[in-house]
Amino acid sequence: MIETILLTLDATLRVSTPLIFAAFAGMFSERSGVIDISLEGKMLAAAFAAAAVAYTTESAWLGLGAAILVSISLAMLHGVACITFRGNQVVSGVAINILAAGLTMSLGLSWFKQGGQTPLLPDEARFTSIEFPFAEALRDVPVIGGLYSELLSGHNILVYMAFLMVPLAWWILFRTRYGLRLRAVGENPKAVDTAGISVIRLRYSALVFAGVLCGLAGTYISAAHNAQFVRDMTAGQGFIALAALIFGKWRPFPVLGACLLFGLLDAVAVRLQGTELPGIGVIPVQFIEAMPYILTVVLLAGFFGKAVAPKAIGVPYVKER
Amino acid sequence: MTDYALELDRVSKRFGAVQANKDVSLNVVKGSIHGIVGENGAGKSTLMSILYGFYQADSGSISVFGKPADIPNSHAAIAAGIGMVHQHFMLVEPFTVLENIILGNEGSALLMQGQAKARKVLLDLSTNYNLKVDPDAIVGDLPVGLQQRVEILKALYKGAKVLILDEPTGVLTPQETDDLFAILKGLKEQGVTILLITHKLKEIMAITDNVSVMRHGEMVANLSTAETNPEELAELMVGRKVVTQLEKPDAAAGDDVLKVEGLSVVDAQQVERVKNVSFKVSAGEIVGIAGVSGNGQTELMEALAGMRSVDAGTICYGKLKISTESHIGPDELRDAGIAHVPEDRHRVGLVTPMSASENSILGYHRDDKWNQHGLLKPGLVEKHCATLMSDFDVRPQDPKLKSANFSGGNQQKLILARELDREPKVLLVGQPTRGVDIGAIEFIHTQLLKMRNRGGAILLISVELDEILALSDRIIVMCDGRITGEVAAADADERTLGLMMSATADLSSDSDLSSNSEQEQAG
Repeated sequence: MIETILLTLDATLRVSTPLIFAAFAGMFSERSGVIDISLEGKMLAAAFAAAAVAYTTESAWLGLGAAILVSISLAMLHGVACITFRGNQVVSGVAINILAAGLTMSLGLSWFKQGGQTPLLPDEARFTSIEFPFAEALRDVPVIGGLYSELLSGHNILVYMAFLMVPLAWWILFRTRYGLRLRAVGENPKAVDTAGISVIRLRYSALVFAGVLCGLAGTYISAAHNAQFVRDMTAGQGFIALAALIFGKWRPFPVLGACLLFGLLDAVAVRLQGTELPGIGVIPVQFIEAMPYILTVVLLAGFFGKAVAPKAIGVPYVKER
Repeated sequence: MTDYALELDRVSKRFGAVQANKDVSLNVVKGSIHGIVGENGAGKSTLMSILYGFYQADSGSISVFGKPADIPNSHAAIAAGIGMVHQHFMLVEPFTVLENIILGNEGSALLMQGQAKARKVLLDLSTNYNLKVDPDAIVGDLPVGLQQRVEILKALYKGAKVLILDEPTGVLTPQETDDLFAILKGLKEQGVTILLITHKLKEIMAITDNVSVMRHGEMVANLSTAETNPEELAELMVGRKVVTQLEKPDAAAGDDVLKVEGLSVVDAQQVERVKNVSFKVSAGEIVGIAGVSGNGQTELMEALAGMRSVDAGTICYGKLKISTESHIGPDELRDAGIAHVPEDRHRVGLVTPMSASENSILGYHRDDKWNQHGLLKPGLVEKHCATLMSDFDVRPQDPKLKSANFSGGNQQKLILARELDREPKVLLVGQPTRGVDIGAIEFIHTQLLKMRNRGGAILLISVELDEILALSDRIIVMCDGRITGEVAAADADERTLGLMMSATADLSSDSDLSSNSEQEQAG
């Protein structure tokens, strides 16, 4: 029983990692007042770039670098459309999602000729698990041993980065000058402008953060959690991350909690596949997979009160005449 | 020689075809309070935006404290010692007072050090200038008067020696206005130069040392306040004689045509906005509802106009009765002779992308008069609109022009023409002269009195006390959704009304919370 719980929690950490990166990418972007529904597209493009470059160069780190570059480029595209030319942020986001889905497919087909997939990555070209010291030796110590060797040890470096990134992001947002300005620009860009700070520069910088984090998320999916790129492999995780962002009310630790909750549901869904619950029968996997969305709608509607978005979100900044 | 804080020499600014400022020259004496008056669109705001670095002048020069200044952006303006308190506060509502004040001036990359230093400076400023405010309060929770104080502190913290205030009293109660003026006088004693932009001549007379008048982008007069009077200023602003005192014969109040009993209205957030309100309006009288904006007047008006359902109580227009069981929509009310000039003419009063003629029948467009076989008769509507336009002096007199392209005053006259054309029994009118210039105000007020004199009943909601006092026969004061006072116009003055407008103190404590959230909305 404890074994099962540990394994499920272990899986939760692994499934939550890309959600955390993506949700925090969204947090930076949306805290600055730019809606980002292109998390999904950025992750997908990054996943493809990571797999393709890691395979070609046989270096996971170069793959990560390429993923971040590609993801930042897409974020800048979003920025040019929505910040500089004041386009509709949702439309731009949808366009980037479609662009990423199509481009990864056709580039994959023409470069690797494997039906849109990239070849399998050898272990040297992926981020593999890191075993903590004494993990094997402590495995049989009751409780603590399991926690240490199963839950804490044995993940790849990106998982640890995701969990370290959370307090760092909190610190940047709430303890630095940059964070104060970023939060201000999402609430009232005019206040920022009249204080003599450039709204445009701030928003672009937030999108760069979003780009980096989506790059990490994408790399995790194709070059750490898996060992190749498969078409549409992000499978809506960008949207789940967006749900987690709203569910966590744009605040770092609640967002982390939401990501873990959604990750847990996913891990449980895998566990429950085919098992029969007494009195209920077999639970359709689709139902559990839909849980994050159902939870978001139900909990936001009823229990947790209104999620108040940054006030200036979605509104392009125009200097008043 | 006099020391000047600001010297503007022949400043001009053009936006496309519009000459917003033309050869404007202005000298502001150091350590004085200098008023700038002018109608909407006279170029006051453009001039101030040039001073604060939002725009650059096409030509002309600016000196600050005797030194020529080039102000390409707000940053340069702040560096030159110019601070601005905007009409719509530039505050981040979820932030604390301290966070708002240091924004843009944090001192270091990490907030901790900067905040500690700022806290000390803020304390000094608060005591020196008698501007008390809790640095850790959330700005959105503060009443409007205090939010304005935060704006002033923000400017002072950035080292402003010249403080520009753009229409600062629009959102304040008379008492808050008094407080503000006391603060401004204190600042002046400390050597701060103050530039006060307003359209309220009374305020100019009360507090300024000098006053400049703008009209059509030009500076038409620079006067010493002691040597002028409101009539002269009004005439300079408009360019012709203005009647500020309207002829008002005694009311000949008839039967009650509107009776409201125990009315309560709850909004979408489940906040009770109107709380157990009862009053009557008779034929041939104007009843004014005074109050600081956001104290339930909007919701009351919407309920009366059938745009919002009631949650308790009744509204009776003669035999028509609105209650929780029977909702009556605006349509049916219009048919029964109840007309409505909404508060927000852009969102509710007009469909701004549509032409003047289309707007001139909005709400009455189903009338047989305008329709034939289910199709509108555009020619007839246009002819009708042209008549309305000439009767109500709407300019330009072009029924085909998009209504967005009319000035505020002309838009309002068009709405008024549409609603008064039917000679309604009851007129509900909200903020009839918000953002409307003096000439049009005079016209609108005359039209309202005309309707009253022919026996119509008018319920007037306005945040402008002068307007309420000039027009009303009876005055009801609303605060926090309740009626906090009722007086005959003859016995009313600004002071007593002002006290009633801020009468939360003697009400139950639960009202405090909701009044905060209302003020948040108002701000």
